[in-house]
Amino acid sequence: MNRFAELLDRLAYEPGRNNKLRLITAYFRKVEDPDRGYALAALTGALSFKHAKPGLIRDLIAERTDPVLLSRSAPSPACGGGSGWGQAASAVPEGEPPPGSLRDPTSPASGRGDESRRSARHNNPPPPTLTEVVITLRTLGKSELPRQLARWLDELDETGRWALLKLLTGAMRIGISARLAKTAAAALGDKDPHDIELMWPGLAPPYLDLFAWLEGRGEKPVNLDPAPFRPVMLAHAIEDADFAGLDPSDYIAEWKWDGIRVQAVCGRDPHGHNVVRLFSRSGEDITKSFPDLLPSLHLPAAIDGELLVVRDGRVQTFNVLQQRLNRKVVSPKLTKDYPIHLRAYDLLADGDNDLRELPFAERRAKLEEFVRKLGDVSIDLSPTIAFDNWQALAAARADPADAGAGEDAEAVEGVMLKRRDAPYLPGRPRGQWWKWKRDPHIIDAVLMYAQRGHGKRSSYYSDYTFGVWTKSEDGEQLVPVGKAYFGFTDEELLQIDRFVRRNTVEKFGPVRHVVHEPDQGLVLEVAFEGLARSPRHKSGVAMRFPRINRLRWDKPPREADRLETLERMLKAAATNKVLVTSGGG
Amino acid sequence: MHGSSPRMTAKNRGKPAYITGMRPQDILMPVPAGLCCKGGAFHIDPVRPVERAVITHGHSDHARAGHGAVLATQETLDMMRLRYGDNFARSTQALRYGEEVRLGGVTIKFHPAGHVLGSAQIAVTCNHTCIVASGDYKDAPDPTCAPFEVVPCDVFITEATFGLPVFRHGNAADEVKKLLASVALFPERAHLVGAYSLGKAQRVIALLREAGYDAPIYLHGAMEKITHYYESRGVALGELRSVRGTKKADLAGTITLAPPTATSDIWTRRFPDPVTAFASGWMRVRARARQRGVELPLVISDHADWDGLTTTIEATGAGEVWVTHGQEDALVHWCQTKGLAARPLDLVGYGDEEESETLLPGEEAEA
Repeated sequence: MNRFAELLDRLAYEPGRNNKLRLITAYFRKVEDPDRGYALAALTGALSFKHAKPGLIRDLIAERTDPVLLSRSAPSPACGGGSGWGQAASAVPEGEPPPGSLRDPTSPASGRGDESRRSARHNNPPPPTLTEVVITLRTLGKSELPRQLARWLDELDETGRWALLKLLTGAMRIGISARLAKTAAAALGDKDPHDIELMWPGLAPPYLDLFAWLEGRGEKPVNLDPAPFRPVMLAHAIEDADFAGLDPSDYIAEWKWDGIRVQAVCGRDPHGHNVVRLFSRSGEDITKSFPDLLPSLHLPAAIDGELLVVRDGRVQTFNVLQQRLNRKVVSPKLTKDYPIHLRAYDLLADGDNDLRELPFAERRAKLEEFVRKLGDVSIDLSPTIAFDNWQALAAARADPADAGAGEDAEAVEGVMLKRRDAPYLPGRPRGQWWKWKRDPHIIDAVLMYAQRGHGKRSSYYSDYTFGVWTKSEDGEQLVPVGKAYFGFTDEELLQIDRFVRRNTVEKFGPVRHVVHEPDQGLVLEVAFEGLARSPRHKSGVAMRFPRINRLRWDKPPREADRLETLERMLKAAATNKVLVTSGGG
Repeated sequence: MHGSSPRMTAKNRGKPAYITGMRPQDILMPVPAGLCCKGGAFHIDPVRPVERAVITHGHSDHARAGHGAVLATQETLDMMRLRYGDNFARSTQALRYGEEVRLGGVTIKFHPAGHVLGSAQIAVTCNHTCIVASGDYKDAPDPTCAPFEVVPCDVFITEATFGLPVFRHGNAADEVKKLLASVALFPERAHLVGAYSLGKAQRVIALLREAGYDAPIYLHGAMEKITHYYESRGVALGELRSVRGTKKADLAGTITLAPPTATSDIWTRRFPDPVTAFASGWMRVRARARQRGVELPLVISDHADWDGLTTTIEATGAGEVWVTHGQEDALVHWCQTKGLAARPLDLVGYGDEEESETLLPGEEAEA
């Protein structure tokens, strides 16, 4: 358990993806079966314990701590803010000492107090292994759990207790996706992570067969899952220069829908029953969030498409779709108010036939036939866009409503170009699929606050809060409208960093208040994808995907945009007009 | 005993009994400048310039420049001289551990505090009442200074920097193992360890050596003077090198000690993809580590943790406890549950030096 705790502890602070991978792989290499298998299960969210409830932890705290000392600890930074589980997690492991680890108060603290403490700890039973913890939690009855938990909390050190509570609650919250953990496992045997993704649904903790294969000691596990995930194919962003090398007749164009990329798979188990699953583009199983779509997937196949909310035949914007995302409980009201829809654009398997080797044009024909056969209102075809040359496609991209998208134009975020002869290749193969996004919305905002970045950027001020002008009781004032931490070049980062350091008015902890007066300050051209009303922000608006587009050293802050400009964009969206890009000046 | 209770002394004869009893607060009392001893005409760790100062240790919130006469250990005096220059006080007097000196009506004796090199607890005795002002202290082992000594006393004055049960520091050697494991896993990256330049940095280096790490260890310019002073006092730290003038590529796989403020600043750009570590008791608090952008928090403290504070208080046998800076309320509460008289002293001007370390002019330039 201590080794697992150390890994979690280190991962929680490590910002870099590659470094996280190396830490996890090093752990898999060092730690033996079955401990490492249960660690992989914990990191991929494959463990859950039905008797572990927050109330249980709270009762344990109350029993074992001095209420005055606990209450003094609670508001202190020691608990790291947060509430509920977070607080419990900080308070329990670090509350009153477990009896066994108290130093003997009668022994003279001769300046070697630590040693007497350590020897006292040595009299304790050794801390449990991760395997012991997982097996015990699975088998132990509800009534025995509190005592067992208390025993473990006594045996583990601070980090161990913290990790135990994370394991219990099932929410690691250390910035590790299931995909990352699987990639780290693959690295152990120099294998392709997609292979693990493919076999994953057929595997179970502690994954002995998987590790045996990764270490060259065993056969590749066979995936018996009737509805497996297939690694998705992704597109490159196209740039103006790319068009010169491309022949329009080689490509089929479709709208790029602003929804959620999804793989919908239906397969038959050995008993002839349908198994239906929805996967995100990274292979996370999101079936539970969309129970209303499952009956529509009644024929064995694997569809690549976009999840959208469609009301009265009209595709809704991403802001509407967001109501359906990350929901633990999907109520009937939610499915009625936000009816889910699958817009299909590729067919990877039809029945038992794997179609991925076929050229796109052939797969498309099979998809059209399949959707017709399915005959379900919740699943339709992503229409193609007719075009003879790039100018025609550019025109369609500029005005989707007029080019066939009609009333759904608002949910279009650009066009997709797919080579007619492209097989379905996992990853982002060059030159096969292109995405050509609509021009983003742009405003000029004023840099107001800056904060240091993380990891490689920890010596740079790279997180920026920017604002626009509005009239208040105190006259003209800047109101923050968003935060951005990318979009700039390395050279621009250096320039902004220098500007921040030289023009700091005040410091609040890690935040620098940067000069922002009508005549003094830095104007940032901010690009963003969409706008929504947000009561959580002082300005009342929230931007989607904001990034720094350009630095406007030439522009005095007084000429930056106003909140009214954003209000107008919102109103335009509400009355269903195409958003107009505000003048960048 | 010589048969003379405080009440019988010539000075007190004839005065009402309720003021002739020598109460502890008559010996030492908190005043704005610090802890004042009227009978001995001195202040302990004064925060403002005073005529006579007795200093527990060299950290800047306890040892300030500008006093008249300063009494401290030789090491503390040397450190003050290094920091503030030769004229940091009008006159100085060094006292060894275990040595006694009489000042006015009181006797002063120094005992090791285990905090940093030269740190002392100050036992002030007057008419058989003994008060120990412990300054900052820790009871955990530290290869760079004399171990903490329990001094039996009537009143124990304790700090409370980590005076909450949430603070348990664990074994510093295990934290250093974490650092070495990271160096082994990321040999192409530099490891930067933020550590207070007086005491913590040298302790981390010594712990690395104890763990068997024998490669050269690099120092930020602000660390050099004080670290070489430690060496001159016989603390073995192995091969040390200056970061200044070292090529970026040569810093891959190395460990560098730097003041905490430097580990997140422009200075770090000379290192290849640095891993930022920070050695401090505060690293027990995850939010704090994260806010500082620390990637490898090392819980290594030069202060006693909750267990250390409470064990020490009990071991001194003191019937009364005065709590200075830190989490006074919690420790006072704990004392009261143990039947000890306790009160907070409400002294201002002492904080955790790790949080407030600012480089002296010139030190940053040297870096």
